[in-house]
Amino acid sequence: MMGYENQESHLYASKEEMESLVLDDDSPTGTAHPFSDPLSSLPFAEIPTDQSQTPNSSFNSILEPPSYAEAIFRSFDADHSSPQLNGSHDHSIASPSSPPSSDDFLTITVSDPQKEQELSNSLVPGGTAYVTYLITTRTNLPEFDGTEFSVRRRFRDVVTLSDRLAESYRGFFIPLRPDKSVVESQVMQKQEFLEQRRAALEKYLRRLAAHPVIRRSEELRMFLEANGKLPLVRTTDVASRMLDGAVQLPKQIFGETAGGMVDANEVAQPAKGGRDLLRIFRELKQSVSNDWGGVKPPVVEEDKELVEKKQKLHDFEQQLSNVSQQAEALVKAQQDIGETMGQMGLAFVKLTKFETERAVYDSQRTRAADMKNVATASVKASRLYRELNAQTVKHLDKLHEYLGVMLAVNNAFSDRSSALLTVQTLLSELTSLNSRIEKLEAAASKIFGGDRSRIRKIEELKETHRVTEDAKSSAVREYERIKENNKNELERFEKERHDDFLGMLRGFIVNQAGSGRLITNQVLMWDLGSVSVVSEAMSTGTRDLEYCDNIRNFVLGIM
Amino acid sequence: MGNGVQAYISYKVITKTNLPEYQGNEKIVIRRYSDFVWLHDRLFEKYKGIFIPPLPEKSTVEKFRFSAEFIEMRRQALDVFVNRIASHHELRQSDDLRIFLQADEQTMDRARFQETGIFKKKPADLIQIFKDVQSKVSDVVLGKEKPVEESTPEYEKIKNYIFELEDHLAEAQKHAYRLVKRHRELGESLSEFGKAVKLLGTCDDDALGKAFSELGAKAEIISIKLQKEAHHLLMNFEEPLKDYVRAVQSIKATIAERATAFKKQCELAETIKFKEIDLNKYRLTRSEKLAEAEREYEMLKAEGEETSRRFDTIVRLMNEEIVRFQEQKTSDMGLAFHEFAKGQARLSNGIADAWRSLLPKLEAHSS
Repeated sequence: MMGYENQESHLYASKEEMESLVLDDDSPTGTAHPFSDPLSSLPFAEIPTDQSQTPNSSFNSILEPPSYAEAIFRSFDADHSSPQLNGSHDHSIASPSSPPSSDDFLTITVSDPQKEQELSNSLVPGGTAYVTYLITTRTNLPEFDGTEFSVRRRFRDVVTLSDRLAESYRGFFIPLRPDKSVVESQVMQKQEFLEQRRAALEKYLRRLAAHPVIRRSEELRMFLEANGKLPLVRTTDVASRMLDGAVQLPKQIFGETAGGMVDANEVAQPAKGGRDLLRIFRELKQSVSNDWGGVKPPVVEEDKELVEKKQKLHDFEQQLSNVSQQAEALVKAQQDIGETMGQMGLAFVKLTKFETERAVYDSQRTRAADMKNVATASVKASRLYRELNAQTVKHLDKLHEYLGVMLAVNNAFSDRSSALLTVQTLLSELTSLNSRIEKLEAAASKIFGGDRSRIRKIEELKETHRVTEDAKSSAVREYERIKENNKNELERFEKERHDDFLGMLRGFIVNQAGSGRLITNQVLMWDLGSVSVVSEAMSTGTRDLEYCDNIRNFVLGIM
Repeated sequence: MGNGVQAYISYKVITKTNLPEYQGNEKIVIRRYSDFVWLHDRLFEKYKGIFIPPLPEKSTVEKFRFSAEFIEMRRQALDVFVNRIASHHELRQSDDLRIFLQADEQTMDRARFQETGIFKKKPADLIQIFKDVQSKVSDVVLGKEKPVEESTPEYEKIKNYIFELEDHLAEAQKHAYRLVKRHRELGESLSEFGKAVKLLGTCDDDALGKAFSELGAKAEIISIKLQKEAHHLLMNFEEPLKDYVRAVQSIKATIAERATAFKKQCELAETIKFKEIDLNKYRLTRSEKLAEAEREYEMLKAEGEETSRRFDTIVRLMNEEIVRFQEQKTSDMGLAFHEFAKGQARLSNGIADAWRSLLPKLEAHSS
């Protein structure tokens, strides 16, 4: 039929059409950003991006991360001592440990992706290209040499930073770095991918800067400040470590320590890669025997409380994931209704134009005027929905953020588990060494005059025992340290979680309530626009919720 | 009523009147959808030129036919249909209306079965007429004149208006229907969100847990408001828009009738002219065919006058009907728009109130 071929093309009004739509109305509420006007008692909470501030704390070297307790204590201190801004009106949802009047800041920006060429020193001719990003830092923290500086880093450097932090800060809830996303980098448009990665890197670095302990770390400082190549040692690839390991392996297999004592510090690190093949085998054996309840491990994971806590966190994580999914669906539904509202509005605009142009009777003109009102109200409501949604996304993003935090929590707990495993492995080694020594001593004592070979053997074992004892002590110290970190981080986490989520809820609710009011007023204003009081009230341009409430009540009374 | 494929819905039609033609003050009869169709078709045949009030569509989807919502929508539309007929100064006098409102079921059934062949235009014919009218309109619009079609500029204007109006209205109505769906979808997703948040609340038994639970519960309440408004929007805004579209389609049917009448008039005029030529020929040649030819001529002329009279009636009625149509639609739409505003205001305000009521509790939890 005639006209129907065109119908489909009308149905999908473009966003541009809606934006550029000139709604000639007397409405004083037609400002571009209703949400940016502060309502007297209920501001629309914009999530600020400033970090939690901590005052100066002593600088510590890479080997000894700053005392956790110290850093936290100082930040809590700052909380209590800082004055509240404007008392009754401070409803912003800044992160809880950020005192509004703190001086310390560490602001990081990531920008300007550039392609660079890797100089060819390999067999592959031509070299490979990679992307670097400009990392700009502004800070007044004393650890840094400057106050404003930039470096160029590539993604591989970020991986290095992340790995080194994981090694140095075991037991901490360290924010997770962005994915390598190899597939995405192939599939997405270059520009899109670069932008996505840039944003992800920025988020990651800002989260690091927000962590009260990690922000003071030497690793981060070097990453942000050191010019040229990143001076952090990359964790070597498995192949070369296999080679290293091959040298170490005979010593480890035979338990020989002559000429190569087991470095106590090494014990403080979890077994990884080719270097510690044997250690991995041993710890695996230990963990299996733990599970099978063979030798009862002398160091029990004492905290029943911890087990409970872990379970609770696990439950929370599951439910959080569920809420996050539903939140996504909600956002989509909000977007859809706004879009459809706008499309309908446009359709009515066309109708209005049509009737106005072809009007023969007054009844048509009246109808056109009515339609115009519907159109205007619909298009405006559609814009309000869009604003509402943008804010909703920001608020509910907290959910996604915390899903990431939960992963960091899990990492911290597994740091603890693996440290415990190391301790247990060493303990059982000591036990077996002891029994071997005993057996040998018993056997040797039976031979009159001594058994030279046995006695030599006993000496060697005793030496091994001493070394292993040292390693065990070191491992226990490490384990205790991680436990302490866990505990402190958990406390910080609980508090932040409590405050963050309450803030998120508040922001979400205020957003929804305010948006509802605005839409109501939009609609009422048109339909009862003839009521002079309503027009007058709106024309003063206030968006005060209380005032709007009064108008609404008045108007609804008439209806 | 009935079973399986034979099943149908019956509607109770209650008439209250003080018109003398009707027996008694109040009458209740049971009618089914095809009875309403019968009434519509009879009126369409008898009152050419008048825009017969439109019927709600047949439903082709079996499952949907018995849904409560569909039945309610249809009932509302049928109610409007009958009342419009009853308030139309000409249509209300129709005998068929009287039968419809008063006859017992057997009489009604019989009347319905008679309705084949003679009076009923096959749907195929109607479609063909539409096509002819459409192509003629587009030809005229494109500048190609064709002889057997009314093409006074005023009437052209009207025809173009009607055809374009249908397109615009159909688009608006389609979006309105989508808007109803969106309300439902938002309601559903808010409900699911609320449930999930409530579950999250069970993980903590402190202030945070309570805050989550309260939010979740509130979300579920609000979801119900959205469902309610979706229904209201459907019945009081989208339906009237659909009704508007149907009304325009009814006008198109009348346009087709007018075109048929016009064509007949022109053809007859042609035939009469030829007959006149023949007649004169016979007069000159003093043929024996003269007498018969004169008789035929007189018959043709009478038919021609009758056809002209019918055509003129259609034109006259249409002119009146258009004015009435415009006025009625302005009033119908005005009401629909008001309902839209009322519903949306009530919804968004209710939602704002509901969310806002959470804040004092939330403040308490935060401290």
